[in-house]
Amino acid sequence: MLRSRVIPCLLLQNKGLVKTVNFKDPKYVGDPINAVKIFNEKGVDELIFLDIDASSTDTEPDYALIEKIANECRMPLCYGGGIKSVEQAQKIIKLGAEKVAISSIVFDCSEIIDEMAAVIGRQSVVVVIDIKKNLFGKYEIYTHNGKKKIKQGLDKTLSILEEIGIGELVINSIDCDGEMKGYDTNLADRVRDLVSCPLTILGGASSQENILNLIERYKVIGAAVGSLFVFKGIYKAVLINYLDNNYRDKIFKIAGERKN
Amino acid sequence: MIGIIDYGSGNIQAIRNIYRGLKIETFIVKGPQDVPLATKLVLPGVGAFDEAIGKLDQSGLRSALDNAVLQNKVPVMGICVGMQIMADSSEEGTLKGLGWIPGSVKCFDINQMNTVPKLPHMGWNDISFSEHRIFDGIDKNIGFYFLHSYFFYADKKKDVIATSCYQNEFDCAINNENIFGFQFHPEKSHANGIRLFKNFSDILQC
Repeated sequence: MLRSRVIPCLLLQNKGLVKTVNFKDPKYVGDPINAVKIFNEKGVDELIFLDIDASSTDTEPDYALIEKIANECRMPLCYGGGIKSVEQAQKIIKLGAEKVAISSIVFDCSEIIDEMAAVIGRQSVVVVIDIKKNLFGKYEIYTHNGKKKIKQGLDKTLSILEEIGIGELVINSIDCDGEMKGYDTNLADRVRDLVSCPLTILGGASSQENILNLIERYKVIGAAVGSLFVFKGIYKAVLINYLDNNYRDKIFKIAGERKN
Repeated sequence: MIGIIDYGSGNIQAIRNIYRGLKIETFIVKGPQDVPLATKLVLPGVGAFDEAIGKLDQSGLRSALDNAVLQNKVPVMGICVGMQIMADSSEEGTLKGLGWIPGSVKCFDINQMNTVPKLPHMGWNDISFSEHRIFDGIDKNIGFYFLHSYFFYADKKKDVIATSCYQNEFDCAINNENIFGFQFHPEKSHANGIRLFKNFSDILQC
């Protein structure tokens, strides 16, 4: 049975790893290659790397760093940040990433999804949507590291993506980012109903139990995790970590009990 | 030495790194002149079927590979789209495949799927395999990482050495004499993947 994926999501800034809270106050948490080595040893399901500055500063993806990360990675790798063209996506796949994540470009030109799919395969085109609730509780889409609000509504965006067909959708909650107070399952419920592709929820993971609850709720889901896998304890000391065996077994069991 | 085929598709470096960790020498096969130097071949692949087979044709490697694999019986291991292009044809494209193992590449039928996610089949899945030394020491419950919407449908079930289940059972590993194909990504599947590459390098004759 296909199992849910528990995915450390690592943020890049100036070649280093950082962790934010609500997309702000990036705190340096270490060296990306070192983190990959530790995650290799832990046997993690998959990794997501997002360069948080590339789009907002309009810089090219850091290919040398991507190559180093991909060469070190013994698990599937998704890379996002600053990707605006088919050529860039193709280059990143060639450097050894399995998936390429795009975000802001989708709102400028959704045709790029089909163009990328023709070259790198539709299964490798991942769309990341950053979402924040407004004062009235309405979900709104942002790009450029939370700085630019997109007029197009969430439901409309999801129906367009469903129509085009993408490899994976990552829903990233700006409100939950770094808060470690639990995933926004209201948001996840709403998105899960509207798209049929693999879905990954990012933002808010508070504990291994919280991850397990998310997986129990959706049966097959990507649970992406930031702070919880890079910090330890109430003082948030930097310590790269992952699920312990007890929780891995529980996640295994959920897949085993599922009927087709 | 194991030759890893570089025709512009697939994760060559990840495969080389695994073999480096196993202290097994590899080299990159870039042109037809390199093919006879390989005692074994790895054929990686990502992306769409036509894109992959088109690139292989452009690389000028096709006839050298046909010769090595079909005449000289050099063991070859196809990965993901590298496995799919070993078929005769694919629903994903219009170009002809290598035709090394009789079969065609089909898309999962989303009409039969009543749960989400539908496509692609993405993530870790367990596999079932018959007795075969290529699977020595492999933990079938942990399985492998998959990322695909199309799968190899072997015409002859005797060529199928492993299956997996996504809505329905499908062929995920094939073998006929010296030819092996794996739909999953052993280069991204931790200990099971490393073991599979080791087992492939240990095969003496087919």
